[in-house]
Amino acid sequence: MNYFRTFTKGLIKENPVLVMLLGTCPTLAVTTLAMNGLGMGAATTFVLVCSNVVISLLKNFIPKQVRLPSFIVIIAGFVTFVSFMLRSNFPELYEALGVFLSLITVNCIILGRAEMFASKNNVCASFLDGLGMGLGFTLALILIGAIREVLGSGTFFGLSIGDWFQPIGFFSSPAGGFFVFGCVIALVNVLSNYKMSSKKIGCASCPNASACGQAEKGEVAE
Amino acid sequence: MNKLLVSPSPHFFTRTDTSAIMFDVILALFPALIAGIVFFGPRALIVTLVCVVSCVAFEWLVRKIMKRSNTIGDYSAIVTGVLLAFNLPPAIPIWMAVLGSFFAIIIVKQLFGGIGQNFANPAITARIILLASFGTQMTTWSKPFGYQGGVDAVASATPLADLYWANPWDLFIGNVSGCIGEVSALALLLGGIYLSFRKVINPLVPLTFIGTVFVFTWMLGENPVNHILAGGLMLGAIFMATDYATTPPVLGGKLIFALGCGIITTLIRVFGNYPEGVSFAILLMNLLTPLIDRIPMVNPLGKRKKGGAA
Repeated sequence: MNYFRTFTKGLIKENPVLVMLLGTCPTLAVTTLAMNGLGMGAATTFVLVCSNVVISLLKNFIPKQVRLPSFIVIIAGFVTFVSFMLRSNFPELYEALGVFLSLITVNCIILGRAEMFASKNNVCASFLDGLGMGLGFTLALILIGAIREVLGSGTFFGLSIGDWFQPIGFFSSPAGGFFVFGCVIALVNVLSNYKMSSKKIGCASCPNASACGQAEKGEVAE
Repeated sequence: MNKLLVSPSPHFFTRTDTSAIMFDVILALFPALIAGIVFFGPRALIVTLVCVVSCVAFEWLVRKIMKRSNTIGDYSAIVTGVLLAFNLPPAIPIWMAVLGSFFAIIIVKQLFGGIGQNFANPAITARIILLASFGTQMTTWSKPFGYQGGVDAVASATPLADLYWANPWDLFIGNVSGCIGEVSALALLLGGIYLSFRKVINPLVPLTFIGTVFVFTWMLGENPVNHILAGGLMLGAIFMATDYATTPPVLGGKLIFALGCGIITTLIRVFGNYPEGVSFAILLMNLLTPLIDRIPMVNPLGKRKKGGAA
């Protein structure tokens, strides 16, 4: 296994938000400001890296039948740690993220990486995978947050970009969140050369193929 | 033998095509435009021209960029521009009108494939985006004839805010504050009658829409006459609820669409936070149109009835 590719695949090619469309709920909810995106991304990356490492270490001790509850317990432990840290050191960010901080526990990205990667690979690869996926998530959130903040509030990371600009409130609203989200997904599809091919309809051509267990078995979607 | 022409059907053609229909719609919009200019002055004409020019320019530009055949010749961008301008207050900053044209043509229409492929009405959607973004500018209304050197040219609210006691004659003629094209029910009705006469629209659709609003506002103890004359109801019912691309194609579906529009308009006007609900109603029903299309309303020829012969 190529460790460098394990790390970089999460940035664009298998970006958890923009290609696999996981973790959409926090992506849409907290990205009204770029700073919130950064905070949410950092907290999720921390939880993702730690839970990937711990699950990878414990993968031979967790019985297959109860693996999901076990993963959730491990993830929830780290989420509790992060939320206490934020509450004591960054109370403003803690307020801004609100309930979505606790909801990192049920973020599909973390459970997805635990199930698909960390429980099958060694510690070093799991660490790099968690870091890459977490950075990909963070970059996506900062990008969406920055676009929405500049257009919707006329500021960038809290700094005003000038009085000449009239903020377009639509981009701060949930509808604007979906709109920017869709545009960024389209951009990433262009960047990753994803083409809709009529010949290759099946699991192998799906952008999630490498993340999805079914594709490896060679199954073809009906 | 050359005189005998052998060809597959159809053998008879009509001259009607998209540009002819759009030309009829533009003609039908003229009375309302004239009413807007009379009541709100040259500013109304400027906003309308800006919307039309920017809509056509955006359409030309985006088709050029996407390397597709250019469709500005079918006049549909002109209709979108006029309808968008009719949904804006006369005092709106010019750049907002251009931004609205951008949303209408590029986002709502061309990104979904251009004319006939858009699922929502471009002008309505652009108006809603502007309303959600610039609440102040989109609800700053000019008084009618305020441009003739009036001191107090900016009114605080449209008649919709205090509808019960408004003068129905003023509402009918259009001597009220409001969006450029929506104020004069008379001018819009003239356009609607022309379109019905030319068979561009089915008059049952606007009648159902307006009738539903009339009945439901009456039942809720409002002033039904003022409700159907005020706001964007006439404009929406005649020119937007009859849009070909975004409403059901068969008559039964059209009537369900119009009924839904009327109910949602009434609910928003009477119980909602916004004084006007026509644009939201039409957009919501646009989104329901694919579902309405799935209700079978036309029996295919030769279809067997249940338990009986064909």
